[in-house]
Amino acid sequence: MDAIEANNLRKTFGPVIAVDDVSITLPQGGIFGFLGPNGAGKTTVIRMLTGVLIPDAGSVRILGTDVNKDPLTAKLKMGVIPENGTVYSDLTAEQNILITAKFYGMDRASREERAGEILARLGLEERKNDLVRTFSKGMRQRISIACAIVHSPPVLILDEPTTGLDVYSRRLVIDTVRHMNREGSTVLLTTHNIEEANALCSMISIVNKGRIVATGSPEKLKKTFDTSRYVEISFDQPVGHELFKAPGITRTESWGDKWRVYTDDPDRAVKYLASLAERDHLTIVSIATSNPTLEEAFVRLTEGV
Amino acid sequence: MRIYYFKGPVVVFGLLFPLIMFFTFFIGRNLDLVLFFPGFLGMMLFFTASSVGPLITPWEKREKTYERLVSLPVILESIIIGDLLAGAIFGVAITTIVFAASAILLHLSLMNAGLLFLAFVLGSITFAALGTLLASPTMNNPSHIMMLSSLVRLPLIFVSGIFIPLSQLSGWEWILTSLSPLTYLVDLFHAALNGDAVYPPWVDMLALAAVILVFIGCAKVIQKRNLMKGL
Repeated sequence: MDAIEANNLRKTFGPVIAVDDVSITLPQGGIFGFLGPNGAGKTTVIRMLTGVLIPDAGSVRILGTDVNKDPLTAKLKMGVIPENGTVYSDLTAEQNILITAKFYGMDRASREERAGEILARLGLEERKNDLVRTFSKGMRQRISIACAIVHSPPVLILDEPTTGLDVYSRRLVIDTVRHMNREGSTVLLTTHNIEEANALCSMISIVNKGRIVATGSPEKLKKTFDTSRYVEISFDQPVGHELFKAPGITRTESWGDKWRVYTDDPDRAVKYLASLAERDHLTIVSIATSNPTLEEAFVRLTEGV
Repeated sequence: MRIYYFKGPVVVFGLLFPLIMFFTFFIGRNLDLVLFFPGFLGMMLFFTASSVGPLITPWEKREKTYERLVSLPVILESIIIGDLLAGAIFGVAITTIVFAASAILLHLSLMNAGLLFLAFVLGSITFAALGTLLASPTMNNPSHIMMLSSLVRLPLIFVSGIFIPLSQLSGWEWILTSLSPLTYLVDLFHAALNGDAVYPPWVDMLALAAVILVFIGCAKVIQKRNLMKGL
């Protein structure tokens, strides 16, 4: 049985098609990333998966339960962090977790035990009796994730869980996601942070204009754009981009005090750049070749290239 | 309690406003308490019970807690009933304190305690349901909803037999008051406190019960339609 199975989801808001024919099948056990630019439809998909929004067409099953036909059972199997979703600022950290646990039907002893365990894991044990309104954004987000995992859900759906967080909070959230995954939760997360998706996810779907434009492992997606390998070079003095016009160089890009020279043959490009430096009496300050990145794949896919 | 009951609009419209109205009409004036106290009690329950409901959904949407709430294993009907109970409990609690204090200080009469209890229960649910209905439009700013809520609630107190007894009304004034649910609560308080109601108590109770069903039904339909708007 798949953890999440969404078939041909479609959602329109007036004349705007927010999501068009999106299908996702996530087997149990992995961490899946949902990448896309702002307005791509990620949050609308997440809201349909979590049963908050009813799709115009298509269906969603969470561990075999249809979200729209049996929302209560489906929601019991999920832990959710909505986009910008926050917790009650007039309650303490512990009260927020306990009240959420109550919704999942946990008995008092389990609620208290689990709340203590999660607060310790998220580094908030000492602040458990403080009102959330006194917390930083990172701490609030940690409480938010604590509420999402309080019932040890088999499926965890997180909409941009690390956006805007400080390094420490981000690391704690990521560690908690990894921990939950090790404990058996299937995780689906949306993120803008491509490096984070690269490091965390076993499979990624890239969404653009309401449709999934690519799905695969990070490595597979990178290889989709193998031609985007580049040589990064800097000289001891400024040079113009016309310097790099040569066969095999597809494009050049100024990158701070460096140049990125895109090529399908880095070895040839390095030799060419070395000869160029010798010819024009330039000193090479640094030179490095790079393999295609997930960011590159993301940019190319969402630009429609 | 901490989340909803101590919000500014709840305190202002649920507590201060009816108290100010009380002082305006009772202090320094020689009004007949027997005639006017049931109206005041009705107004108090009306304002307190309907003050919490309009605030909850817009406030939750503004604070960004609403999406989390609807993603929890809870159905919309439960959320509406929860909002309704929050308003009804607030209304009953505050009005009971006011009634108890008034009964001691003003030596009020009580003809039928059972009827008074039923009036409290039905009245609080009716106006808490009105509060929930008022929360239904797509707004994520509580002050906008409070404005709308005042526009609906304030005129009602002038057409519900609070300041002019029902027995003194006729023609279109009578028709107008019979359209206000507050009229039936005030009349029920008259029956319970003084035994001088215009309608039989069962008519008042039936009217309030019907209004509860209409308000809850409408709130459900509109809130379902506007569920994700204003997030």
